[in-house]
Amino acid sequence: MMNWSVILSISRTHLLSRMKQTIIAALGVTFGIGTFIILVSFMTGLNGLLDGLILDRTPHVHIFNEIKPSKRQPVHFFDPYDDSFNLIHSVKPKFRGEKINNALPLMELLKSDDRVKGITPAVKAQVFYSAGMLELNGLLNGVNVMEEERLFNLEDYIFEGIPKVLHQTSNGILIGKGVAKKLSLTVGDNVQVISSKGDLFQLKIVGFYQSGLAEIDNVQSYVNLKTAQQILGEGDSYITSLNVKLHDLEEAPRMARQIERGYDLTAIDINEANAQFETGTTIRNLITYAVSITLLIVAGFGIYNILNMLIYEKMNDIAILKATGFSGRDVKYIFIIQALLIGLSGGVLGLIFGYFVSLLIDHTPFVTEALPTITTFPVNWNPMYYIIGIAFALASTFLAGYLPASRAEQIDPVEIIRGQ
Amino acid sequence: MTGHAIPSVLRAEKINKYFTDPVSFHVLKDVSLEIKKGEFVSIMGKSGCGKSTLLYVLSTMDTNYSGKLYLDNRLLTGQGGEALASIRNEYIGFIFQFHYLLPEFSVVRNVMLPGLKLGLKSAEEVYQDAMEKLRLLGIANQAEKLASRISGGQKQRVAIARSLINSPKLIMADEPTGNLDSKNADNVFHLLRDLSHQEGLSLLVVTHDQDFANQTDRIITMEDGRIMSTA
Ligand SMILES: Nc1ncnc2c1ncn2[C@@H]1O[C@H](COP(=O)(O)OP(=O)(O)OP(=O)(O)O)[C@@H](O)[C@H]1O
Ligand SMILES: [Mg+2]
Repeated sequence: MMNWSVILSISRTHLLSRMKQTIIAALGVTFGIGTFIILVSFMTGLNGLLDGLILDRTPHVHIFNEIKPSKRQPVHFFDPYDDSFNLIHSVKPKFRGEKINNALPLMELLKSDDRVKGITPAVKAQVFYSAGMLELNGLLNGVNVMEEERLFNLEDYIFEGIPKVLHQTSNGILIGKGVAKKLSLTVGDNVQVISSKGDLFQLKIVGFYQSGLAEIDNVQSYVNLKTAQQILGEGDSYITSLNVKLHDLEEAPRMARQIERGYDLTAIDINEANAQFETGTTIRNLITYAVSITLLIVAGFGIYNILNMLIYEKMNDIAILKATGFSGRDVKYIFIIQALLIGLSGGVLGLIFGYFVSLLIDHTPFVTEALPTITTFPVNWNPMYYIIGIAFALASTFLAGYLPASRAEQIDPVEIIRGQ
Repeated sequence: MTGHAIPSVLRAEKINKYFTDPVSFHVLKDVSLEIKKGEFVSIMGKSGCGKSTLLYVLSTMDTNYSGKLYLDNRLLTGQGGEALASIRNEYIGFIFQFHYLLPEFSVVRNVMLPGLKLGLKSAEEVYQDAMEKLRLLGIANQAEKLASRISGGQKQRVAIARSLINSPKLIMADEPTGNLDSKNADNVFHLLRDLSHQEGLSLLVVTHDQDFANQTDRIITMEDGRIMSTA
């Protein structure tokens, strides 16, 4: 029969009477867990930030009409040459235009798919921004701005304006920050663009667009879908790309392959587009856990040592306890509980320590051109990490305490009593 | 045995024990004995004849022997460590030559621990019992002191109080007065004898003190691991 209150009280007395060693052992755990919390909160915060940066605005599946040579060249249609090795030089792509055929029905079809959260059409139009004698190369992105906001957080990259205003202003433009700077334009000004066919259009600036990547901001602007179609002299059905957002990102590659197979289109999934991105996330997670586990192993050895020493000092106590009717198992639990108490107190302290340092990081200013909406370092406040942290602390101290405690279980009281 | 016989508390049958390290050594040779309820028995013998070894076997702490051991006619030999620990806890009190106390616990806590382990009474009741035992031994005023902060004689009395806490059937003591001056030794002796007479407690005490032994009900004499007489 286990009598936990006695066992607990004995453990507590042992710990309290060795305050210094107890504190040192607990601080080891505190350090390990604190570091884990800080690292994991910061690293995953960083991951989240980059997720936001890349994943949120990258379509899960990007569908467009790529200009490329046909896979099947005329010679392939000629049966007698089927078994031969055909060499074709200087293959030229056939010009089909960038337009996606039947884009609107395709959109409706994809919208009815359960996996799809939303889909936005886009028209890209090459233009020149003109100001007096100056002509700047530019790219107009014609989008359904409200959908773009809902699915790809367009608002995060818009300054001195909101997407709604563009939606309401038929000839509005969210102009690239770089372009605006070069042309000394502010909100409310008009800007002239020249289409590739040479037509001139007046657009009214309703806000700035800044992605954080200078190459993009020096070129790209957002306009309404309709505006882009007009500039190109095309009708409502002229769509150059479809951007799909899914409920589950993992479905992206499968969906992309299905679209490519079903239609004569190119579909790029987010993993293809950001192959290096996943690797970065994985490596950051790996570093976080590797460092934390290393620290906990070090703390674990500290606890192992201290408990081993404690048991050596406490031989007499162990013998007395056993002689007066405590079983080997009772004695084992007395020491395991000491390890767990060290783990618990050190762990909780580590969580508090980690929390406050994370708070500090969260309030540390972090301003960079590349990330316009970020003002402080990113921290992930997921409470799950605190649960993992305390579980880590208990598991590692349990392991560290188990061996010494089992040794205490085996101690023969007769040997100790006789030894006096 | 007749129907009127006083029941036996502890019975050992042909106990044999060997030490194998460093050389094989036959330390207990065919030891048989019986302690009856309320009996105060002493064991005497030359140093090294195996008294302590025998006591450890009888107290169930040492299970490495052959032969049979009964407590209240219940066979103890062959029982597991867990079961033996709880039997020790409930039925057997042990007093060591050196006053084994837990130095970081208070005096009264030391006395309470086996009672708390037994778990039949609330902590408050065990505390009251412990205080009563300490009063009986005249050291109630030391109750809240740390066990490491009292004198040798006081420690010995605390150890006796502890052995009594669960009202055991049998108390074994290995030279309980060996460390005490003659006055304290006398005190301890009278205390044990009173307990034996008043509470029907059985006592088995190893001693080198002939005067002490003479006042017990019966003396078992040992020589070279054998019982020579049980008169
Ligand atoms: N662990 C051991 N290994 C081998 N031999 C041992 C061991 N313990 C005791 N002995 C031997 O067993 C014999 C009996 O020892 P024990 O301690 O029982 O004697 P004792 O009668 O209690 O002596 P004393 O009166 O001095 O306490 C001694 O000869 C001792 O040398
Ligand atoms: Mg001895």
